[in-house]
Amino acid sequence: MATKASRSSARLMISPAVILLLGWMIIPLSMTIYFSFLRYNLLQPGSTPFAGWENYYWFFTDPSFSAAMVNTLVLVTGVLTITTIGGICFALLLDRPMFGQGIIRIMVIAPFFVMPTVSGLVWKNMFMNPVNGIFGRIAGALGMQPVDFFGQIPMASIILIVSWMWLPFATLILLTALQSLDQEQLEAAEMDGASWPNRFWFIMLPHMARAITVVILIQTIFLLSIFAEILVTTNGGPGVATTNLTYLIYVSSLLQYDVGIGSAGGVVAIILANIVAFFLMRMIGKNLDA
Amino acid sequence: MARAISTKSKMFNTATAGTLGFLMFFPILWILILSFKTEEDAIRAPLEVLFSSDWTTESYGAVQARSDYFKHFMNSVTISVGSTLLGLLIAIPAAWAMAFVPAKRTKDVLMWMLSTKMLPPVGVLIPIYLIFRDFGLLDTRVGLTFVLMMINLPIIIWMLYTYFKEIPGEILEAARMDGATLREEVIYVLTPMAIPGMASTVLLNIILAWNEAFWSLQLTSSNAAPLTQFIASYSSPEGLFYAKLSAASIMAIAPILIMGWFSQKQLVRGLTFGAVK
Repeated sequence: MATKASRSSARLMISPAVILLLGWMIIPLSMTIYFSFLRYNLLQPGSTPFAGWENYYWFFTDPSFSAAMVNTLVLVTGVLTITTIGGICFALLLDRPMFGQGIIRIMVIAPFFVMPTVSGLVWKNMFMNPVNGIFGRIAGALGMQPVDFFGQIPMASIILIVSWMWLPFATLILLTALQSLDQEQLEAAEMDGASWPNRFWFIMLPHMARAITVVILIQTIFLLSIFAEILVTTNGGPGVATTNLTYLIYVSSLLQYDVGIGSAGGVVAIILANIVAFFLMRMIGKNLDA
Repeated sequence: MARAISTKSKMFNTATAGTLGFLMFFPILWILILSFKTEEDAIRAPLEVLFSSDWTTESYGAVQARSDYFKHFMNSVTISVGSTLLGLLIAIPAAWAMAFVPAKRTKDVLMWMLSTKMLPPVGVLIPIYLIFRDFGLLDTRVGLTFVLMMINLPIIIWMLYTYFKEIPGEILEAARMDGATLREEVIYVLTPMAIPGMASTVLLNIILAWNEAFWSLQLTSSNAAPLTQFIASYSSPEGLFYAKLSAASIMAIAPILIMGWFSQKQLVRGLTFGAVK
């Protein structure tokens, strides 16, 4: 087996990756933490005095912070609910025997490969525009008042767009999990007279449970960082109606140039993501042992 | 299969799934149609667009003339391919070592690498932005390539690791017995067996880098702007030019859509870090 020589060369082979990732993690992270304790605005060059917890105080008492937290929560849970339930339904459907399964699957998965700025703009202009958008046209044809999506229901509109992009992801992973289910087990249950709801509830769902958890955790990591879709559609508005935590930090740091407060927000975002990451890592770690 | 499935139920499944699939795909199909219309036709009612207007390719030409589309396309290619290949260069030795010379700490190292991926980009936005500003890296291809390489490195290592793990160790041992050095082992034995896994890793990471829209929006503006940033410039009133926006969008997503369809299976493995296979 592995000799001493191969061990040391193995260490040598891992080191570039470790050093790079370590630097990538530690340098910006410590800078963010450091900046979060300074009074530091790029528009006021010169001294950057120590500010203690001042930035955190301002960040937390800023009314847009609580709004951004609520918006983040609504966005993440909204998209998770739609994509998980929709993904289970799509996976169950696609798992059934049908003609042209390959083509249908390709059509379902396609939105996942559309870049966020394209999906944001296409939905905003071609579908949700109250005058020329397709939804507006349909409403008009039915004699209804067209909905001003980004004026009246801005958050729901963002949730719809993001769900369209992530539903394929959930479907693909849940379908993969479902296909690994032993067919004989299902047939045996059917022979014993188990109805479809029973087969779903007692065999399929438990089999998919693990994949469902993975879908939820991974999506949460990505959904906490939703940015481009908001930037190209609402710019966080109207008011702060669609400003999530990521967007709020972007506004305070790169639009208001307040490095201190932006960094304090960054630290908050890191802590939030870490809570989710903790559970995700445990699941992945378990699989590594198996 | 033990039992026959009636054609009738098969037809029913096909119809239901086909309708849903069509609805999911419709936005993409719709911009494909609009991209072959004139601006005047593109904003007409959907049925008129379909049945009573002419087809033209002028929008594609207009997009190029308006803002040198090809430059941004090449930026996207350079940055996504560059960051993936660079990442591969660093990841292959690391993944190889962890898969074939596992130490006590290997699992911890792997998990730690993955944890860096969980860092929300906005948490390090300011430091990266300031470093880029001070080193003159803002709006450069080199800068963005490096950042995308770093954020995808954990995924590349992780994917390669799971692929390498599946290569039987006996073959390597046999090579070692025959007196192959570490270098020869990697080049002549391992690489040929690992090519399919490496190909899927490359494919998935090009897709991820191509569609990355946080750092590319923050760190580039014009010169090095990839397509994600270029398309974002349509968010101003120009978004109302449906035909041009459609043509630009179609060209931006077409290459990735095609690559994506080829890498469906690997996608699951790559995006769940091996937790679902």
